[in-house]
Amino acid sequence: MKPAAFDYVRAETADEAVQQLKALGPEARILAGGQSLMAMLNMRLAQPSVLIDISRSDDLNFVRSEGSMLAVGAAATQASVEWRPTLAQEVPLLAQAFPFISHFQVRNRGTVCGSVAHADPSAEIPLVLLALGGEVVLRNAKKRRILPASEFFQGMLMTARAPDELVEQVRFPLVQPGQRSAFTEFSARHGDFAIVSAAAVVDARGLCLAIGGVSDRPRLAQWPAGLRGAELATALNDFAWELEAQDDAHASATFRRHLVRQLGAQVIAQVTETSR
Amino acid sequence: MKQCSREREHIVRLTLNGAARSAACEPRMLLSDFLREGLGATGTHVGCEHGVCGACTVQIDGVAGRSCLTLALQVDGRRVDTVEGLCDGDGPMSDLQEAFKRHHALQCGFCTAGILMSCDDYLKRVPDPSEAQVRDMLSGHLCRCTGYTPIVAAVLETASLRRQAATTPHPGD
Repeated sequence: MKPAAFDYVRAETADEAVQQLKALGPEARILAGGQSLMAMLNMRLAQPSVLIDISRSDDLNFVRSEGSMLAVGAAATQASVEWRPTLAQEVPLLAQAFPFISHFQVRNRGTVCGSVAHADPSAEIPLVLLALGGEVVLRNAKKRRILPASEFFQGMLMTARAPDELVEQVRFPLVQPGQRSAFTEFSARHGDFAIVSAAAVVDARGLCLAIGGVSDRPRLAQWPAGLRGAELATALNDFAWELEAQDDAHASATFRRHLVRQLGAQVIAQVTETSR
Repeated sequence: MKQCSREREHIVRLTLNGAARSAACEPRMLLSDFLREGLGATGTHVGCEHGVCGACTVQIDGVAGRSCLTLALQVDGRRVDTVEGLCDGDGPMSDLQEAFKRHHALQCGFCTAGILMSCDDYLKRVPDPSEAQVRDMLSGHLCRCTGYTPIVAAVLETASLRRQAATTPHPGD
């Protein structure tokens, strides 16, 4: 339960971090809050040769409203977003999801970008980012590129990030007039990894349902906003099967499909019924 | 930029419970082990070593976090507070510790140091928590003896007594 040996580099700026990523190659890992990576190092599920610590890169430690987005830098902790007094007015779905994310003590150090970069299929922040149509800003030593969340998440702990790229920031769309959202999840104990998590958003795009914990990545369904009754039940059932749930130690595929239908119906009811 | 090779030990300087301390360690040393083995501060306990049990919770710059998920090198130049800092050596215990004693909020005590450090941070941010909020905060700690009920009672009573003390005028005011 102790990490294998590694070299350690503390980057004081984002520039230093991407220069180091370029110089050190794919054996290097970025360390931000460490709430997933350190556990993997301790269990030796990950054995990088060098860690690039960005937790003190001040130019990456920001949470700010920019245009129609809430931008969160790579060094910003989950707590710094969660305790932002205006969060519920800016990105209500994120405010609704925070209580489900691990525990107070973990959110104090864990970062928003770290959760996105780690891409655990049951993690809440990637699910929220996908449900809202958010963006991931990737940066290497030469340039930046911006990917929609739907293209960034590619599989279990797999993303579109190239080895020389830093997840510099993630951007959550600010709530639009008339948009409604809801979040819930089922887990064995409060704060554990979700067995199934569900986020619903109704807005100009229609009705979006994002499901985590079932497929190898968070997945999104988009339906007409007026979908109700038997049609909705059929759509939910089809989506539950499309996710190709697997049996594992935590839950059977059958139970996961049941949860997709139940939690999906629950969050959809929250965003549709009260708005009419 | 600071670069530390795995091949040798590096000096970490920090302020531990108000006192300047330092020791050498390899880059891979966890803060939990550094406190106990490097600095002899064995009040912080080590349980699961992957962030689940909460026994190793300390405060870094006043914020509660897992010392087993933090490298010693990451706290270089920072302030770290542990259970040893809640009261002066042989002096009276803090109000929170007294409440834990009154309510029998510990039996074996293995989880207690971490819980106290969480509660100390949380009550500063949320001085008037509901029972549900306290239970939510305590969900980040595992206690296998008490069933949590006396811990919740101790935290709620501490919050209540602090609010009373803040609103009661001092004699002579």
